[in-house]
Amino acid sequence: MSRNALELWVGLFVIAGLAALSMLALRVGNLGAVNVTDAYKVTASFGNVGGLNVKAPVTMAGVKIGRVSNIRIDREDYSAVVELSIDRRYNNLPTDTSAAILTSGLLGAQYVGLEPGGEESYLKQGDRIEITQSAVVLEQLIGQMLFSKAQGDG
Amino acid sequence: MSQDEKSNDSLIEIRDVGFSFGDRRIYDGLNMSIPRGKVTAIMGPSGCGKSTLLNFIGGRLRPDHGDVKLNGVSIPSLNRRDLYALRKQMGMMFQSSALLTDLNVFENVAFPIREHTELPDELIKNLVLSKLQMVGLRGARRLMPAELSGGMTRRVALARAIALDPMLVMYDEPFTGLDPISLGVIVKLIHEVNDALNMTSLVVTHDVAEGCSIADYVYLLGNGKVISEGTPEQMSETRSSDVRQFMDGLPDGPVAYHYPARDYKEDLFREWPNE
Amino acid sequence: MNSARLLGRWVINSILRLGRATVFLMSTLVGVILIMRRFSLIVQQVFAVGVLTVLIIVVSGLFVGMVLGLQGYNTLVDFGAESSLGLVVALSLTRELGPVLTALLFAGRAGSALTAEIGLMKATSQLAGMEMMAVDPIERVMAPRFVAGFVAMPLLAAMFTAIGVLGGFLIGVGLLGVDSGVYWTSMQEGVDVYDDILNGVIKSVAFGFVVTWIAVFEGYDAVPTSEGVSRATTRTVVIASLAVLGLDFILTSLMFSEV
Repeated sequence: MSRNALELWVGLFVIAGLAALSMLALRVGNLGAVNVTDAYKVTASFGNVGGLNVKAPVTMAGVKIGRVSNIRIDREDYSAVVELSIDRRYNNLPTDTSAAILTSGLLGAQYVGLEPGGEESYLKQGDRIEITQSAVVLEQLIGQMLFSKAQGDG
Repeated sequence: MSQDEKSNDSLIEIRDVGFSFGDRRIYDGLNMSIPRGKVTAIMGPSGCGKSTLLNFIGGRLRPDHGDVKLNGVSIPSLNRRDLYALRKQMGMMFQSSALLTDLNVFENVAFPIREHTELPDELIKNLVLSKLQMVGLRGARRLMPAELSGGMTRRVALARAIALDPMLVMYDEPFTGLDPISLGVIVKLIHEVNDALNMTSLVVTHDVAEGCSIADYVYLLGNGKVISEGTPEQMSETRSSDVRQFMDGLPDGPVAYHYPARDYKEDLFREWPNE
Repeated sequence: MNSARLLGRWVINSILRLGRATVFLMSTLVGVILIMRRFSLIVQQVFAVGVLTVLIIVVSGLFVGMVLGLQGYNTLVDFGAESSLGLVVALSLTRELGPVLTALLFAGRAGSALTAEIGLMKATSQLAGMEMMAVDPIERVMAPRFVAGFVAMPLLAAMFTAIGVLGGFLIGVGLLGVDSGVYWTSMQEGVDVYDDILNGVIKSVAFGFVVTWIAVFEGYDAVPTSEGVSRATTRTVVIASLAVLGLDFILTSLMFSEV
């Protein structure tokens, strides 16, 4: 085979490989979706995060607008501090927005749902969401139900 | 010729070389002088380590003790860089020819030139064609090694060995497995190359007739030493039984016909699984 | 007593071989630096190990993706979760099957060819011939092949994965009626560019390194006879496959195990 043909084939090979890689990154992966690097971070404290994981989606009105980027314990009041990375395109969330940990379906993965408030000023990088609602822990719920039932009987 | 004259005029000096492969002793106190500008044949029975000697000179093996000098340079003590530089002045033709199977005849001969020089293509072409003309294969330059006959393969290997105009060309068993015509061609070429290019040639062979026909000087090896040396005429007159057995191809002699064994009769009467 | 001795010999030989392989790798890496200025040699080898392996990679990738589509659908549909089919196919391929199967096929196709080629060059004293022409075979022969394997492997793995995802699409969407949009979005929701795809690429780079190293070394270390070369070729496929699977376990536990 002549040298030109050989070089052509190798060139095509490399192009095909790179095309496959970029298809993986853009089409299969989420590089084209919410870009975590172009996001601002706010925190929210919860009494219990249940089964919430880092990278879980953050949604508003059912639309994904960000991800959970960190979960840690507050050293003073022992509550769970959840850090949310929110896409810069949604930089107009009112400061009295509330956050709740919700479950998709009855037993599905948990996510953070945001509910906008009515304030004029908007949340910025490093702000804290004050109004939160902890995860519903199914075992606790069942326990409470049985307990109250027993009390009602007695 | 006295010892003094000889060493003054020798390209390669081998002094007191000893070497063994594992437990097998190949050489034990080997001494040789290869005269400059001549064709020297090194002969000896198969397996006596003739090719090992070429590997010493090429620096691919190091003797256990002793020294190998090429043009006054001690080869075993060279570092890698100097050894590679020295090898550019040696050509070697392998028994298997060692042509690069993925390159055609032209590229095989051009290979050492391309690797070691930055010459323009035009000049490389002229150089290669002149070498191929010398071995009579200019017309075969587009063939691949697999398409060549045994004799042609050797001729290409020879053209490649002399591509860089070395001062020394080594031939490892150049006559083995050739038909009479190819054999004649190779014998003629070794002579021509040696005379025309003013090189020193070292031919390792077990082929007595061809070895004697081209050599100016002959070394006969056996038992890790030089058994005998001299011009081909001197060799054919020597009466020593070691020399006569090899030169005349006698089946039995100092090199025994039987592999060492215990007495035959005793062996026959032993219980069988007794080793 | 005898078997203890055999075991001992095997251990000693293995350690010696590992030592030779390491020395070989070091000198090859030095050769890689030197050979970089002769780009055309590398291009030639990328053709031999890369381009000639594309067909088997593409065909295998397509079939593996199609099988994943079928199996995944049949399992997921029992839980009413066939909308996750894209995610299942893509995660299996990017994290595991893409890099591992490509490496195994690569060892079988390109690795064995490399070993056989170099072993034959040794058996026909082409390597010795080069040395005598003052050309270092490690730099001239081994290094370009090593670079080529190292470059080709991640590209081949990416092709395998991409074709596999399309194969799953073909079966899941084309045949079994999963919605096309759902197939792709479930994938994009769940597959992370860094955690899944980049780690997959890192895996394939590591596998390319190991498989090529083994293949080239086995050829260089082969006993220079036809029997020796055929043994070395077999050993390349066996050792390289085992090494890929073992290394895959180690890499997976390093990459995907953090809490």
